[in-house]
Amino acid sequence: MAFDWSAIPGSLPILWQGMLVTLQITLVGVLVGILVGTLLALFRLSPNRLLSWLSAAYVTVFRSIPLVMVLFWFHLILIPLLAGLLFPGQRLELRFITALAAFSLFEASYYAEIIRAGILSVTKGQFNAGLALGMNRRQVMRLVVLPQALRRMVPLLLTQAIILFQDSTLVYVINLDDFFRKAYNVGNTVGTLNELILFAGAVYLVICTLASGCVRQLHRRLTVLPVK
Amino acid sequence: MISIRNVSKWYGEFQALKKCSTEVDKGEVVVICGPSGSGKSTLIKCVNGLELFQEGEIWVDGISVADRKTDLPKLRSRVGMVFQHFELFPHLSILDNITLAQSRVLGRSKKQAVEKAVQLLEMVGLAEQRPKFPAQLSGGQQQRVAIARALAMDPIAMLFDEPTSALDPEMINEVLDVMVNLAQSGMTMLVVTHEMGFAKRVADRVIFMDRGEVVEDRPKQIFFENPETDRARQFLSKILTH
Ligand SMILES: Nc1ncnc2c1ncn2[C@@H]1O[C@H](COP(=O)(O)OP(=O)(O)O)[C@@H](O)[C@H]1O
Ligand SMILES: [Mg+2]
Repeated sequence: MAFDWSAIPGSLPILWQGMLVTLQITLVGVLVGILVGTLLALFRLSPNRLLSWLSAAYVTVFRSIPLVMVLFWFHLILIPLLAGLLFPGQRLELRFITALAAFSLFEASYYAEIIRAGILSVTKGQFNAGLALGMNRRQVMRLVVLPQALRRMVPLLLTQAIILFQDSTLVYVINLDDFFRKAYNVGNTVGTLNELILFAGAVYLVICTLASGCVRQLHRRLTVLPVK
Repeated sequence: MISIRNVSKWYGEFQALKKCSTEVDKGEVVVICGPSGSGKSTLIKCVNGLELFQEGEIWVDGISVADRKTDLPKLRSRVGMVFQHFELFPHLSILDNITLAQSRVLGRSKKQAVEKAVQLLEMVGLAEQRPKFPAQLSGGQQQRVAIARALAMDPIAMLFDEPTSALDPEMINEVLDVMVNLAQSGMTMLVVTHEMGFAKRVADRVIFMDRGEVVEDRPKQIFFENPETDRARQFLSKILTH
């Protein structure tokens, strides 16, 4: 079987367009995911029963549903419904927004569990030391516990980001042109689908391998750093 | 200054404190000793509201700890506490460990807070260490920083919970020296410790606890020379010959 790679150089600009979409979904998913995940973790650990229960329910629901379905539901039901309420009568291009929202909220449930474990790994003694100095619970959480928890969690948070980067290919189910779908489309049009998909796979492989290597390095540095 | 009246505390079914009472006057140094599990840490944590108790009263400088209306963070900011395992904040430098609560709780300016921190670090002999992180210091040094951190709040009293029992023997004295100086400077202190040398030097009274009860509460002379109960006598002979 002979391979024909000739279509790739000329289509690099198009592929780059797709890569930008992939990277944006990853970046927003990680940032919003960590933000919402932190809130969920704090709610989960709060003495307020209702907040704690709501947070637990959120995490359980999102972790029990396949990501593909979350994307579908956001695409077919939730986002059109919201758009209809907020901007009635307008036809809007919503697929990118849908992907951002779905990934952010889905990832938040995973980040919530990582961050909750991180918070719980900071000892009661540290919490008491903060309280004993006269700080209130919020201050202790923000100034003493969270900085330690997040630092300890950095490698796990980044590993989750790499998973998200790969999972973002699932946006093909809502016809959003990320890197993978651009490659697929180019291959389909030119007639060298196998080559384009192999190429796309190689790109994901290289990026993820490099990123994992960086995380390992960081993990090593962080464990040497003065963090108990 | 500190008044503990008939305090009882339960963890679920288990009664950790049984009608404990004592007083610590201004400038007094009171040592609490007793076997492990006798409720010493629990009692001392009740004083600044780190543990809640179900019965009795504790008053600190005229303020009731059990009163729901009491601003506990404010009360805690006025009572220093030193822990067995130091509990310095590992992600902050030595200097930041001492300035954090000064600025966040007392609202001191950065300059004021740093000045205070440096002055206290000099007092405990660690001024050079200020840019380092806790993990880079020995246990004895960390505990001295922890004392400086508590003193930076200008407390009206200090609580110590076995401040030297996590230390290697050769580091115990450097911490005790700081505590002796503090006691001699007139600080009101409630100290859980088994360092009877420290008690003999600076304590006014010694309390012996066993199974959640205050078994003895006497001037140190009397406690050491003529303890009333067999339990205290046995405990003393055990740790003094040790
Ligand atoms: N959070 C807790 N939950 C249940 N029991 C506890 C808790 N903390 C302490 N205890 C129990 O209370 C008793 C007194 O503990 P503590 O005050 O730590 O003793 P000490 O400091 O004298 O060694 C012990 O029997 C201990 O097991
Ligand atoms: Mg104890």
